[in-house]
Amino acid sequence: MSAYDEHSVGLVDTDVLHIDKPIKLACGIVLAEHHLYFETYGRLNSERSNAILICHALSGSHHAAGWHAGDRKPGWWDHYIGPGKAMDTERFFIVSPNNIGSCFGSTGPMTINPETEKPWGPDFPPLRARDWMESQKMLMSHFAIDCWAAVVGGSLGGMQAMRWSLEYPEKLLNSIVIASAMKLSAQNIAFNEIARRAIKSDPDYLSGRYLEEHSVPRRGLALARMIGHVTYLSDVAMAEKFGRELHSGNFLVGKTDPIEFQIESYLNYQGDKFADDFDANTYILITKMLDYFDLSREYCHDPVEAFKHASCNFLVISFTSDWRFPAQRSREITDALIGAGKNVSYAEIQSDQGHDAFLLPNQRYEKILGGYLSRVADRLGVVDE
Amino acid sequence: MTTDFTVINDWIDRDIRVLDLGCGDGSLLAHLIKTRNICGYGLEIDPGSIQVCIGKGLNVIEQDLNSGLHNFADNSFDSVIMTQALQVMRYPHLVLDEMLRIGQQCIVTFPNFGHWRTRTDLGFRGRMPVTQQLAYEWYDTPNIHFFTYTDFEALCYQRNIRILQRHCISQGILDRCLQKIWPNLFTETAVYHLSR
Repeated sequence: MSAYDEHSVGLVDTDVLHIDKPIKLACGIVLAEHHLYFETYGRLNSERSNAILICHALSGSHHAAGWHAGDRKPGWWDHYIGPGKAMDTERFFIVSPNNIGSCFGSTGPMTINPETEKPWGPDFPPLRARDWMESQKMLMSHFAIDCWAAVVGGSLGGMQAMRWSLEYPEKLLNSIVIASAMKLSAQNIAFNEIARRAIKSDPDYLSGRYLEEHSVPRRGLALARMIGHVTYLSDVAMAEKFGRELHSGNFLVGKTDPIEFQIESYLNYQGDKFADDFDANTYILITKMLDYFDLSREYCHDPVEAFKHASCNFLVISFTSDWRFPAQRSREITDALIGAGKNVSYAEIQSDQGHDAFLLPNQRYEKILGGYLSRVADRLGVVDE
Repeated sequence: MTTDFTVINDWIDRDIRVLDLGCGDGSLLAHLIKTRNICGYGLEIDPGSIQVCIGKGLNVIEQDLNSGLHNFADNSFDSVIMTQALQVMRYPHLVLDEMLRIGQQCIVTFPNFGHWRTRTDLGFRGRMPVTQQLAYEWYDTPNIHFFTYTDFEALCYQRNIRILQRHCISQGILDRCLQKIWPNLFTETAVYHLSR
């Protein structure tokens, strides 16, 4: 379709995979069956060696690239996935699932619990990053892929990329960890708890059973997003984008109309939009999953010991103005990998976009990611289609 | 002809862990991986060089050497190398200490400011030398410390650094004949193999 530029994957379809095989979650509960929404871009080669797994973060979905009919915006990682882009769909087959527990179609708090025939809601089992990985592995089997060329993710996605490297070292050649951390800091957990409390304080939350009652805790969810959003931006980025510009009203004497700053208007808009698109129980579930993640918990809290179990190559990327997952966290990942004697490259990208930088256009970031993956494709002998 | 690469190559054992400080485009690391099968990491600050290293599939870590090497544990590498970068460091003597803490052994190469050509420039022409080794004008050079072969030997003595081996490199035939007698005068590039 000519409406899309040559570097876009264009109009994309979403697929659903129903998985009958039971999945035993880290908490001990068994999901007898589940389904995964996913999208793929590019073509799987005959050796089935050119597949990249995209791991989404807290609010991400399977729709990482291209366009759905009628949409005003492309997928969330569209800047980096497409023909000739850093994750080049002419060379790689990109698999992007919506993970269980999320709210974009895959089995989660919004889907029906077969035992009660009501939405799972707050009863959906607590999840850990490894549960996502196990379910992604079932999707991998569906495509008869034996080994990922790379597992790639930012933030919580980076945590999955690291978990893959430890749990199934022979199932991936490269782990690309962007703006991530081996575990959250107390401050990170604090922000998550404030967001959860905001949701639970909304009278419409109804102890999480709002779907059954046809209600939506929009105010709580919007507030949670506003808090989160501030932590994803940097002070500099906010100053540059909004400064102290007014959205309405003014400071003239005799004018008593309410005064609203641009940043207030922007945050309120972002919060409301999120409340339309996202699910409150999902937000609680996945922020807890972030809090629980600790890469080296099972390895005597020694990250070097943990990474000794990996055998893939690593690329670690951080952004200078990210204060949610600061560069220092990525340095710790890199240092542990060096300590464990693993192949690793690390780049610290200059950016004033905060944590959100991993989703936004940035020339150097693009070149590093693209350069690394191009080398991966060369080694696999993958040629342009 | 002998280059610093060939000298370093001879001093590196097979299959060891090597850290290259200021690895540039990674040529030395790539060379040592090929000939010595090392497990190598390069530290670099220049985005262009980092990009080149990534394109070659080398392990490159973005890190400013001037802000320290605290993130590396004692004796965590068999060999720590720094080629043609000591003169760029804010505190070269402290960098040497750090290198010897992190590595069992170290290899350092630097341009010898005591070479007769640089002496001639400064002594007779009264101008700061611009040579192949020191190819910058004084006002825009990254080289902020100029020192000689003899200066370096004195520093090693003073800080109890053991010189395991040293090698003098020069392009000219005359230089190469005379450097055994007057190394400070006829060495363009000095290569040192050090330990504590």
